[in-house]
Amino acid sequence: MQWITLCKLDDLIDNSGVCAYLPDIEGQGRQLALFSLRHGDKQQLFAVGNWDPIGKANVISRGIVGSIAGEPVVASPLYKQHFSLLSGQCLEDNNIALPVFAVRLSGQDVQIANPSQPVTKGVC
Amino acid sequence: MSNTKKILVVGNGMVGHHFVEQLVGACPGAEITVLSGEPRLAYDRVHLSEFFAGKSVEDLMLTSESRYQQLGVHFFCNAWVERIDRQAKQVWLKDGRHLVYDKLVLATGSYPFVPPIPGNDQPHCLVYRTIEDLEAIQASAAQSRVGVVIGGGLLGLEAANALKQAGLQAHVVEFAPQLMAVQLDEGGGKQLRSKIEALGVKVHTDKATQQIVAGKHCRYQLQFKDGEALEADLILFSAGIRPQDSLARQAELQTGERGGIIIDDQCRTSDPDIYAIGECALWQGRIFGLVAPGYQMARVAASHISAGELCFQGADMSTKLKLLGVEVASIGDAHGKTPGALSYQYQNQPLGIYKKLVVDASQQRLLGAVLVGDSSDYDTLLQYALNGMDLPEFPESLILPSAGSKPALGADALPITATICSCHNVSKGDVLSAMDAGACELGAIKSCTKASTGCGGCAGLLKTLVDGELAKRGVEVKKDICEHFAYSRQELFHLVQVENIRTFEALLDKHGQGLGCDICKPVAASILASNWNEFVLATPHVGLQDTNDTFLANMQKDGTYSVVPRVPAGEITPDKLIVIGQVAKKYRLYTKITGGQRIDLFGARVEQLPDIWRELIAAGFETGHAYGKSLRTVKSCVGSTWCRYGVQDSVGTAIDIENRYKGLRSPHKIKMAVSGCTRECAEAQSKDVGVIATEKGWNLYVCGNGGMKPRHADLFAQDLDTDTLIRYIDRFLMFYVRTADRLQRTSVWLESLEGGLDYLREVIIDDSLGLAEALEAQMQQIIGSYQCEWKTAIGSEQNLKRFRQFVNADKPDSNIQFVEERGQWRPASEQEKLAFAAIDVRQISSEPQNA
Repeated sequence: MQWITLCKLDDLIDNSGVCAYLPDIEGQGRQLALFSLRHGDKQQLFAVGNWDPIGKANVISRGIVGSIAGEPVVASPLYKQHFSLLSGQCLEDNNIALPVFAVRLSGQDVQIANPSQPVTKGVC
Repeated sequence: MSNTKKILVVGNGMVGHHFVEQLVGACPGAEITVLSGEPRLAYDRVHLSEFFAGKSVEDLMLTSESRYQQLGVHFFCNAWVERIDRQAKQVWLKDGRHLVYDKLVLATGSYPFVPPIPGNDQPHCLVYRTIEDLEAIQASAAQSRVGVVIGGGLLGLEAANALKQAGLQAHVVEFAPQLMAVQLDEGGGKQLRSKIEALGVKVHTDKATQQIVAGKHCRYQLQFKDGEALEADLILFSAGIRPQDSLARQAELQTGERGGIIIDDQCRTSDPDIYAIGECALWQGRIFGLVAPGYQMARVAASHISAGELCFQGADMSTKLKLLGVEVASIGDAHGKTPGALSYQYQNQPLGIYKKLVVDASQQRLLGAVLVGDSSDYDTLLQYALNGMDLPEFPESLILPSAGSKPALGADALPITATICSCHNVSKGDVLSAMDAGACELGAIKSCTKASTGCGGCAGLLKTLVDGELAKRGVEVKKDICEHFAYSRQELFHLVQVENIRTFEALLDKHGQGLGCDICKPVAASILASNWNEFVLATPHVGLQDTNDTFLANMQKDGTYSVVPRVPAGEITPDKLIVIGQVAKKYRLYTKITGGQRIDLFGARVEQLPDIWRELIAAGFETGHAYGKSLRTVKSCVGSTWCRYGVQDSVGTAIDIENRYKGLRSPHKIKMAVSGCTRECAEAQSKDVGVIATEKGWNLYVCGNGGMKPRHADLFAQDLDTDTLIRYIDRFLMFYVRTADRLQRTSVWLESLEGGLDYLREVIIDDSLGLAEALEAQMQQIIGSYQCEWKTAIGSEQNLKRFRQFVNADKPDSNIQFVEERGQWRPASEQEKLAFAAIDVRQISSEPQNA
């Protein structure tokens, strides 16, 4: 599997999101929302599309993160729908999901896997 | 002939209006025409004295022209009916017009009785019934020092309160040996008198006024039969009412010997096509001078006209009210006139409380009661009396001060038919059915049954009933803010304060579960800020903020932000205006003047915000907190500095207030305003905190609201000096910050406070909870730790890290596109974006335009 480095760990903000740019083949580029959930010593990274399919703007990285019934989620800052950070699924609307990307930490590098294809298919 | 029934209603008082509302519901096909003798449609006469406490005519209105138009009700104001032609079924107006009817409803009400005392027709001799009367009293009071009310009944005492509120030294003159002789017994009357005199109203009983002559010190002198005299500048007659039955007499309908249009159980007069309802009607020899029986008659008449079967069967005349702030209530046979009746009395002179029970000979049934100084037992006693319920073994326990074991009559004990709200005739059964149908919250039950929306006297009983019933049905009234915390906002506030909790993580570890969410995180952020006031973008707090707080700007639909610099009280120098213009031009921001007297700059990209703010701060601007649940603006009128009418410096005070509370985080946004005179150009009465200048200082209004559900602010305190004003606002705001729910504006918060405005006054003014000092100290701490968040933000690279579109690329968001409209930039629509196909429209449109 090919991993692409997007940014450094200290570009992320604990329990919050940032947006990273992912150049693609057509040179269009796509926007990813990167989240770092930290509680105590536990840290988890998540990457989903930054495009809010309901609010129709690139704002997902600016949403509040948290959990609903144990599932890590981000709430859209525009209309407050929740999206699972694991599956991208919108909790308020079964027909809508964000694309989800595999993400890992390699040393201090935040890396994304297989950038041409998101882990789950969603609206991006 | 058409099938439509023509219903003509003469009179648009409270009862006439209620009839119209009932008939519209019961008989949708009817063509209803209303004739109002007054210049306006129906208003709330029960709360008339509030006019002098600051309520406007609009506040008192029960309906409006547009509402009647919506209902399809025709109406004429200032329409005086001269005569009824019963043969032709026509009504003739004074101006010569006539209207035909199929059914005529007389709701002409009553008029104040003015005793035939020589000299009673001079200027400044007034009555108290209509808005016009109040305006006349207000005008006369402005040229008077001493006012006297002739008549010590219920209305007379209301009128005395009005005179007192108008700033006069007030007297009450009563013919009988005691006050409120109809409703109270001798003991109650005495107690009421001493309480009222303690409030500064002089009471003269056993006084028959013989004539009114010119006075020595005042405008007039009242000369009494016993040789004594009283001087006054303004004389108000409130010696009872007389039914307005002149039309009925002209039309030769049957009337009573002492007035009143005789009606049957269907509210029909002696002409079956003519009905009479309210205070003009005489049923079984009785006039009913209260609103609830009038409403009952209105329902009966509407029902009969629409082929219903309701009957009028008399009405309970029990009443509970506050006269000059003194609680007074009377139930049933207050005088114990029923043969064999026995009574129990309790009196507490130091506290000014008098209570009496009247029971039947067997001591099984409550016949009547009198309560003065404390009417908290009214609801329970009324239910015993109305429903004929068995009294407890020791009936006196119902009025004795309880040592915690008062046999409170649970709503459970009431029969299903018990009337809860007599104004709108809502029974316990009606409330339960509404709950069966899904209404499970007090507000919802009020709006679907109308219970407790009339005089409000049943509010306590209704709440007890609903709470008890909810508990019985196993509905847990859950106050948890979300799944992560089993606490209400108020409880969390308390935990943070008492346990000195400084971060969300600590709060979650100690009292919560999971990771938190977009509900509890902003709540915690607000609570932490209200307590410790640390920088909101500091590392432990940044993830808690809503996006607007995170970026210290307001996110718009396309993901751009708007920027609002603080312009305290709306006062701004030309140089600062120019800077705003220059910044807007440089960054191509759309500019709009806000309702809060400042300027909103739209369309800033997240990465532009720090640069924009560097320029604004360099010019002396501070953040406006438009993004926060916090103080927004203090709107002001130009005040005494410029205005011909201003009596105080409203701009200066508004600037001081805005600078004092800027940055205060609260459960929801807070808006304030200061007006320099009663013309109220700053619209302070629609704000959370409104200040209006008076000749003597400031009037403070609280808990007003514009928006979706507008609410007029309540007058909280009058003629305050500036220091006291600020002290009260400190306490008020901090009490709100501590106790309100998440996203609860002050208006809704006030409505949820048990005890309402009176309770709030006790806490803030009388310091009943002993909190005042702590509230002020906490406010002082917030004020002392104020910082301009933007100034702090641009001072550190760490803080600015988030103000980048991408952490790994120096590019703008290509989805943000603008088009030009009316000389400014606005977001491109979906279609426009497709049409321009990812070309940066802002670039193209920025080429020189043809003017």
